[in-house]
Amino acid sequence: MNAREKILGKIRSAQSNAALRTPTESINNHLAQHPRGPMPSAPENLLAQFKERALKLSSDVRGTSDKMEVPKLLAIYLSERKLPNSGVCWPSLAGLPWSAAGLDMQSRPAKNHDLIGVTGAFCAIAETGTLMMLSGADTPATTSLLPETHVSVLDPRRIVATMEDAWDLMRKEFKQPPRAVNFISGPSRTADIEQTVTLGAHGPYRVLLILAPL
Amino acid sequence: MQNTSLQFKKQVTIKLADVKLQDALSRLQSRFVEGRSAVISEIHDLQETRTAAAAIRDRVLNDLEHWLLHFEQQATARGAIVHWAETGDDVNRIIAEIAAQHGVKTAAKSKSMVSEECGLNDALEQAGVSVMETDLGEYILQLAHEAPSHIVAPVVHKNKEEISDLFAEKHQLPRKTGIAELCREAREILRPAFLNADMGISGANFLVAETGSVLIVTNEGNGRLVTTLPRVHVAITGIEKVVPTLEDVTTLLRLLPRSATGQSITNYVSVLTGNKNKEDHDGPEHFHIILLDNGRSSLIGGEMQEMLRCIRCGACMNHCPVYQNIGGHAYGWVYPGPMGSILTPLLSGLEKSPDLPNASTLCGACAVVCPVKIPLPDLLRKLREKQMQLGMKSRQETFMLKAWAWLALRPNLYALATKIGVRMMRAMGGKEKLLHTLPGARGWTDGRDFPAPSGMTFRELYKRGAHK
Repeated sequence: MNAREKILGKIRSAQSNAALRTPTESINNHLAQHPRGPMPSAPENLLAQFKERALKLSSDVRGTSDKMEVPKLLAIYLSERKLPNSGVCWPSLAGLPWSAAGLDMQSRPAKNHDLIGVTGAFCAIAETGTLMMLSGADTPATTSLLPETHVSVLDPRRIVATMEDAWDLMRKEFKQPPRAVNFISGPSRTADIEQTVTLGAHGPYRVLLILAPL
Repeated sequence: MQNTSLQFKKQVTIKLADVKLQDALSRLQSRFVEGRSAVISEIHDLQETRTAAAAIRDRVLNDLEHWLLHFEQQATARGAIVHWAETGDDVNRIIAEIAAQHGVKTAAKSKSMVSEECGLNDALEQAGVSVMETDLGEYILQLAHEAPSHIVAPVVHKNKEEISDLFAEKHQLPRKTGIAELCREAREILRPAFLNADMGISGANFLVAETGSVLIVTNEGNGRLVTTLPRVHVAITGIEKVVPTLEDVTTLLRLLPRSATGQSITNYVSVLTGNKNKEDHDGPEHFHIILLDNGRSSLIGGEMQEMLRCIRCGACMNHCPVYQNIGGHAYGWVYPGPMGSILTPLLSGLEKSPDLPNASTLCGACAVVCPVKIPLPDLLRKLREKQMQLGMKSRQETFMLKAWAWLALRPNLYALATKIGVRMMRAMGGKEKLLHTLPGARGWTDGRDFPAPSGMTFRELYKRGAHK
């Protein structure tokens, strides 16, 4: 008998008391209906709540009503912080006027030495100020991970209230989760040394969210 | 990991006298206890959410076979390979086999307490695979050849100066003193390890049955790196970690980081399903998931099953007056604090850790903060009862309890004995009203004085009407 049979067998014999076991029908119902647990009350203003929570998690937030202005906003942000002006972006953002703003953005997945990574986002969650990223051929996960600065261009219409809403949106637009769903809430951090929070552990040191209709 | 719980009492004496440790523990208390209290109130209805979280865990545990099979089926359908391991040694053997199969020479690892149960790093080194811990705390411990002393903050027992010295010695670089500089140095040393690793090893905070996904919560980003860059990813976790749906795991995620580190959400929550597609630029080509039993199945269907609800947030230890004073190493195995005092005897044998169920004042703080409502003091009490039934208590303790029971069954004699007792103790306490030593309880009075009673028993005071 292999380990799988032994472990499952032990569990089965310990739960032979059928009264305690959930009928298969109820299990299948639970999976089909995936009911929600207790939820926070819906915010009056999704955008305002998202911004407030994102700032609390040490993300920076900028906004514009014209997506063509995004490169200019990024250029200002980078020069304010004396950061380099070249990096990589997702292919969906390659058409923005980067070079007109003095930026050199290559449309490819990030490599180790790339210092700026510009991504979109699948959606964002107001409850915690979080980005939801789905991996895929045109949405490489490394772009939000390897560079020291992560910039995400986000359509404010893609802000939902809770993670439950985000799952529903994913179910609506895709049949199943992609290889990696990453929820990102601010720059990477560690508090391992003396429980003192330090921004910039193994991932980005800073996260800039640019809200613009896409 | 070798279990040294038998040396508990000896360890406690050493830890209580360790000034640096005491300093570090007071920091943990202020950061984590205050941190939790600042954000736990963000949850709209905390008690309702805790009840829902406990119900989610119970739903799975009450029918664990079904949920494990569903998880396995979904994960396999997406291309992951699910392995089953009865013991820690089995996990080590399976990973060594996977490494051999894929020609793995180096592995980068994110934090996994289950891998500590297995003693994975030593086993892989013996199998010719070099393993690099990449969680900052675990990396520091690997350099120092030490074990974690907390399940969330593994290096809480070390201060910045010790880490500065350690880095200067091991990295052969100028000694850094700022925490940010130390973190930057570790980042630069570890980045090549991520890029060059053939295999990434992670734990799993949850397994989602609905989608066959492994869910990991991290802050540093190392968890994302080890599950994105290497061509092989192995996730190790306990069989109890299954959760039915994405909605269920979301309810648990509202509680886990808030209870653990006082964060509303961790920086990263990664939900990993299957291996890389042909058109993907990143992600592992091979995804293996190892489900470890290591004694967990023996808790199913029994009076200790509630312990398997545990989501490893560490709130019970952060709030425990015993942990706060002795730290994690004294407990002698992977899991310290109240949850460890229950889990260690259950997973590795009551006879190997007889002091742990007694290493609690039963103050109840752990039960109040537990996000999945595990009745930790009740479970500790059950283990104590078991020790009594098995005759594991010392002769002295057994005799004293029997003597007390004999007396308590004779109320008049009991009243007389306590009347004499409290008067004698008051006289012994003298002007200070303190007893420096108590016969039969020297261990207790070695570290503190016993306040002398006022000279009247409760029953005397009650009769007098002092209760009005």
